[in-house]
Amino acid sequence: MRKPLLRLEGLTKAYPGVLANDDVSFQIGEGQIHALLGENGAGKSTLVKMIYGLVKPDKGRMTLRDRPYAPAQPSEARQNGVAMVFQHFSLFDALDVAENVALGMENPPPLRDLAKRIRDVSADYGLPLDPNRLVGDLSAGERQRVEIVRCLLQDPKLLIMDEPTSVLTPQEVEILFRTLRQLSAEGTAILYISHKLEEIRALCDEATILRGGRKVATCDPREKSARELAELMVGQILTPPERAAKPRGDVLLSVENLSLKSNNPFGTSLKDITFQLHGGEVLGIAGVAGNGQDELLLMLSGEIPSPAGQVRLKGQPIGQFGPNARRLRGLVTAPEERLGHAAAPDMSLTANALLSGAARKGLVKKGFIDWKKTDSFAREIIARFDVRTPGSHVLARALSGGNLQKFVIGREIELKPDVIVVNQPTWGVDASAASFIRQALLDLASAGAGVLVISQDLDELLEVADSFAALNEGRLTRVRPAKGLTVEEIGLMMGGAHDMHPAHEDAE
Amino acid sequence: MILGSINPAVLMAALMVAATPILLAAIGELVVEKSGVLNLGVEGMMIMGACLGFIVAVNTGSPFLGFIGAAFAGMALSLLFALLTQALMTNQVASGLALTLFGLGLSALLGQRYVGITPPRTPKLDLGFLSDIPFLGRAVFSHDIVVYLTIALVAAVWWFLKYSRAGMILRAVGENHDAAHALGYHVKRVRVLAIMFGGACAGLGGAYLSLIRVPQWTEGMTVGAGWIALALVVFASWRPWRAMAGAYLFGGIVVLQLNLQAAGVKIPVEYLSMSPYLITIAVLVFISSGRARASSNAPGSLNRPFHASS
Repeated sequence: MRKPLLRLEGLTKAYPGVLANDDVSFQIGEGQIHALLGENGAGKSTLVKMIYGLVKPDKGRMTLRDRPYAPAQPSEARQNGVAMVFQHFSLFDALDVAENVALGMENPPPLRDLAKRIRDVSADYGLPLDPNRLVGDLSAGERQRVEIVRCLLQDPKLLIMDEPTSVLTPQEVEILFRTLRQLSAEGTAILYISHKLEEIRALCDEATILRGGRKVATCDPREKSARELAELMVGQILTPPERAAKPRGDVLLSVENLSLKSNNPFGTSLKDITFQLHGGEVLGIAGVAGNGQDELLLMLSGEIPSPAGQVRLKGQPIGQFGPNARRLRGLVTAPEERLGHAAAPDMSLTANALLSGAARKGLVKKGFIDWKKTDSFAREIIARFDVRTPGSHVLARALSGGNLQKFVIGREIELKPDVIVVNQPTWGVDASAASFIRQALLDLASAGAGVLVISQDLDELLEVADSFAALNEGRLTRVRPAKGLTVEEIGLMMGGAHDMHPAHEDAE
Repeated sequence: MILGSINPAVLMAALMVAATPILLAAIGELVVEKSGVLNLGVEGMMIMGACLGFIVAVNTGSPFLGFIGAAFAGMALSLLFALLTQALMTNQVASGLALTLFGLGLSALLGQRYVGITPPRTPKLDLGFLSDIPFLGRAVFSHDIVVYLTIALVAAVWWFLKYSRAGMILRAVGENHDAAHALGYHVKRVRVLAIMFGGACAGLGGAYLSLIRVPQWTEGMTVGAGWIALALVVFASWRPWRAMAGAYLFGGIVVLQLNLQAAGVKIPVEYLSMSPYLITIAVLVFISSGRARASSNAPGSLNRPFHASS
């Protein structure tokens, strides 16, 4: 038995309307890699925010090395040797690496000394970093390195990692795991938050599983199967989506040699994109975040117009059209960002149904909105896609991520499109909603439509896609049949670990 | 030749005086915007500074106390803005516009009895032999102390933002307030302090108008200087030295325009008085026509309200 480092006893935190954590107790040993497993909304984030001093528990107490521990703010947690690598939200694009690191430290040395220490520490752990580069120009993997190095410089006793692999290629994950094992061997405990079961089984010594804010189990993940862990996490038995065998139809959507400049200064421009999508086909496009996924979606939705002939729908050039004209012709899209892009947060579901459905459903007549018809359209979506909401008058922002996503995807599917393009269809969505959405997309393909799924979740793509391509720095690989592809091959398509050279090669 | 009647040394001297009030307001607003807040109330804070500075200076006989009073007046008004936008979470654009209207109205009321009075004179700084250098002495080294302090303030703000830890935190808050909050920085505290600094600077700028540049109090005497200062911040792409260059450029156009009028150039006066504003618009269009955010260097969280919910 390891010496306990951090003990949590009866931690409880309520927010208006939800009990985020209910009487959670467990302990983490020194040098242990401890997994915190749970679905979105299970209370993982709230729990670690309490450990990191961002949120105060309503009840319960924590002990760090046999001393009471109740950090009032993150700086106090850092002084006690608790460091955290955030999933997002903690880097500053317009500042350079050294400044970003300094902001996360209690008493940073002058920037010049800090730059040297960053080089030293990053070399020690095989995570090369140039302290003078702007963070906005870094890849997702490099950004994560900035966060990790920032923590390591403070010599932490406990390192909290929130979903660290969601932005990495499989090869980069392997390198990260090596670093974490090295840290653990040196005596640093790691609290590893994830919902990816195989990762946890590969890396962690112990796992605590949360569901609906309560602890359901603490176990050794290596002794359980991924399926057992999943059922503990979800609390029900999941059926993987089914697809009916279907013949491949004609080419519905084709893009030819399309290059497009990103309209975001920190974005990725598309370079020479070529692919075809057939009726009845589900084409999965993988890639680490920030490799052109957003731009690809904007290009296909018509938010960024392109030369007419380079994007064709059923053989007709549509590159010059905007989103509504494309929708009318049968191409619909559902972007990644639900609030603010796919749906207007402060408008009702009915109004949101109107926004994309108006043209195809004939909800507007002579400039006037047919509210009755619109509302029944919204109700139809709610009923068919099992959107849990009190009614169609509810504001989009009031829905949970999973429910809103079901609504947004359902809205597009209800338009009976020939081609649907979705980006991250199940990001931040609970498992049952996710499998529902995947099934709906597969059903649409079975009915003869072309489905293009852009996703960073490889498991999802392997589940739904017939054919497969990857985006890497704005370039799209050749489309390959999904059958028989291994995770390693996909990792290489995604760019492998090309920006993670061993330390000594990085002699900039 | 009519243009020959314009003396370059005098022009240069007048340019520095014309530029100082907008530069003061702009450098304050630059810090505010770097912290992620857009305060459109600069005009209102300036006119309050002009009015209160004038009243204090007249009543105490000391321009120095007048400037102090102006800084406090600007700061007081900016605190109202801070209360509205940071505590009550109102919309920054609407609050800023309201602040301008409120400042214009309140200053007109307070200053009613002071119209037509001459304020105590602010002495020119005696720079000894420097003032005797031909051309430069007249153009650069014959001003009141505020002109030089303003330049020093630009240098100080530049140093603060670039080299100090507090400045780095301020930039971080303006760039990504969620990240700054997650790291444990007090987003609202930083922003309120920045807003107060901006208010004080705008107040000083206003007082420079009423106590030195004009020097007199009339209702609405800032005539858009606050808006020019706001434009200047964007023009300078949030960099202090560029703000100074921009202020001097603008001051130069104003002064040149006045001189051309005096020299009797055959262009209607209206066109000439319009020219500084037209040129400002042209420069703004030119600057923001590129790849907007990267080239203009705008703070990432500018004008986005911060809720500490997560």
